[in-house]
Amino acid sequence: MSQFSSSPESGAVHAGAATRLRGLLLRWETALVLLLAAAIAVNSVISPYFLDIYNLSDATTNFSEQAIVALPMTLLILVGEIDLSVAAIIAVVSLAIGVCSDQGMAPYGLMLVGLAVGALCGAFNGALVAGLRLPSIVVTIGTMSLFRGIAQVALGDQAITNYAPEFQSFGQGYVVSWPPVPNSFALFLGLALVFGVVLHRTRYGRALYAIGNNAVAARFSGLNVARTRFVLFVMSGLLCGLASVLLTARIGSTRPNIATGWELSIVTMVVLGGVSFEGGKGTIPGVVLAIFILGTITWGLSLVNFAGIEISVVIGAILIVTIAAPLVLKRLARRFASGSS
Amino acid sequence: MNGSSILKRREASLALIIVMVMAAVGVRAPIFLAPATQLNVLIDTSILFMLVLGQTVVLLTRGIDLSVAANLALTGMIVGLVARAAPGLPIAAVIGLAIAVGLVLGLINGFLVAVVGIPPIVATLGTLAIYRGTIFILDGGAWLTQADMSKAFLHFPNATLLGLPHMVWLAIVVSIAMWVFLNFTRRGRMLYAVGGNPVAARYCGIDLARQQLLVYAISGMIAGLCGYLWVSRYGIAYVELASGYEMTVIAACVIGGVSFSGGIGTVPGALLGGLFLGIIANALPVIGVSPFWQMAISGFVILTAVIVNARTDKPASKIILSEAKRAAVGPR
Repeated sequence: MSQFSSSPESGAVHAGAATRLRGLLLRWETALVLLLAAAIAVNSVISPYFLDIYNLSDATTNFSEQAIVALPMTLLILVGEIDLSVAAIIAVVSLAIGVCSDQGMAPYGLMLVGLAVGALCGAFNGALVAGLRLPSIVVTIGTMSLFRGIAQVALGDQAITNYAPEFQSFGQGYVVSWPPVPNSFALFLGLALVFGVVLHRTRYGRALYAIGNNAVAARFSGLNVARTRFVLFVMSGLLCGLASVLLTARIGSTRPNIATGWELSIVTMVVLGGVSFEGGKGTIPGVVLAIFILGTITWGLSLVNFAGIEISVVIGAILIVTIAAPLVLKRLARRFASGSS
Repeated sequence: MNGSSILKRREASLALIIVMVMAAVGVRAPIFLAPATQLNVLIDTSILFMLVLGQTVVLLTRGIDLSVAANLALTGMIVGLVARAAPGLPIAAVIGLAIAVGLVLGLINGFLVAVVGIPPIVATLGTLAIYRGTIFILDGGAWLTQADMSKAFLHFPNATLLGLPHMVWLAIVVSIAMWVFLNFTRRGRMLYAVGGNPVAARYCGIDLARQQLLVYAISGMIAGLCGYLWVSRYGIAYVELASGYEMTVIAACVIGGVSFSGGIGTVPGALLGGLFLGIIANALPVIGVSPFWQMAISGFVILTAVIVNARTDKPASKIILSEAKRAAVGPR
């Protein structure tokens, strides 16, 4: 998608003790920790209600479903792909759950249906991208229309709302009552741990970085690039299924416009987390930090009565500034270095 | 020459598909083929035509402009507010203002991409949120309705000149201008060079940053113009105006054979892509199919188009320097 920007990793070639310290200071995750600390500090000053434990627990439900989908999105962008159909998959899954619920299916059956339909949608994307070697951005723009369109055709201007209370408790319940940890947040934390370990501590994770840096070289090194891409799209679909189950259960209704625009907020989480569209760069801790930052800011601003649309301005600005700052600093540093020598 | 003949074949097959769809709809409902209905389709699709062309030049440079719909809505609101405050403003000034505001918003994108170096998808994702939010901040979430707009303001897009509404004329002018620009000007040809092979283009002395500034400026100006047209045609301006429309624009580009990997795309192809979506949108109600089918059909068509287009991928690179040298030296 973009061109000519070099990755900060290339600076690590000439590593010394001093440069390593500077490297730690310049790390994206360090900047994100500072940003998060600042956001929390500002929030607790501007609103006395921010640090209330019930408020904080409530705040997590507003982003946990998106955050779950951000995890596979991280891996996809890391290998140079993207899935823009995530919100549309959530809509199709919600439709499937709704239809099955109307047929009287039990809550756990609904959850299985959700996961299966999600994985199936992901497999469809994966087959087109990995099997037919089509660009994922175009494929998933197409499936975004297709999946959302299916939900619109099936639902029209109707909504499915008569969900059983047992099903709704998936999205509204808590894992433990003190401190109050909502189901969706606990699932996100667990999944983030799994994704983090797989990406940063396993051969499979190393393979993803290799593919992201140079897919052709990775293939010649014996990695099955096509199968890896396919699996990642299935994973994305599967977790969209999970997110849809949680969301549908939480709001207790299925409408054709459910989760509209989520693909953009999810991509924002991943990009702010330091994952680059050039591929091969990014970490799970970075994305988790970005999710907390966005969640904190959104929650803090809504506590002081900012409208949702105003919050999105702030988030858009933060996205641009955080991506721009290192680029500008790097350029200034280069100018300074060439000027002094 | 092989590459361009493939492109022409692709456009011809898309045109053929459009004719077949129209014929099929015409069999079910002959009224659809009546000149009045066809004119209506054209009027309805004019804005899409222009936006698709703006997006095409951006895509040619391997960029993307996700902020077009937000730009359109913000410019529409600004123009609407100004026109409400100064009802006597001549319509030419209103249009000039719309283009200027759109240009500024486009240049902001261009600055972020070309000067700062932010990937286009990230930069325009950010400005998408900012532009749309600014509408809310401007008017506090209130709506502008026909009551807030002067007669001249509302009248212009639908008023006719030589039997065609102004809106269609504008789409024609923009299309011709873009066609001439992309095919017959140095700067237009440079866009293909930049998108086709950025490294080679740089070695040829083409300034990538200037090309990027230019394309986002063009996309912004068109979005601004369409902002006025949209607001005046429908007599309404609000925060969510044209929300998500950027995806329709991008879909039309994909159907029209404009490549995301840069350097491939023509004005006729892009227009056909827009026309296809315009015809689908107008045909469904005529043949009694629920408009809810529209999105699913366009998704299906996008996927078909991308599968078909993948078969005729990039034209192979050509080494023209050695040919030129041989020609200069002459046969040995």
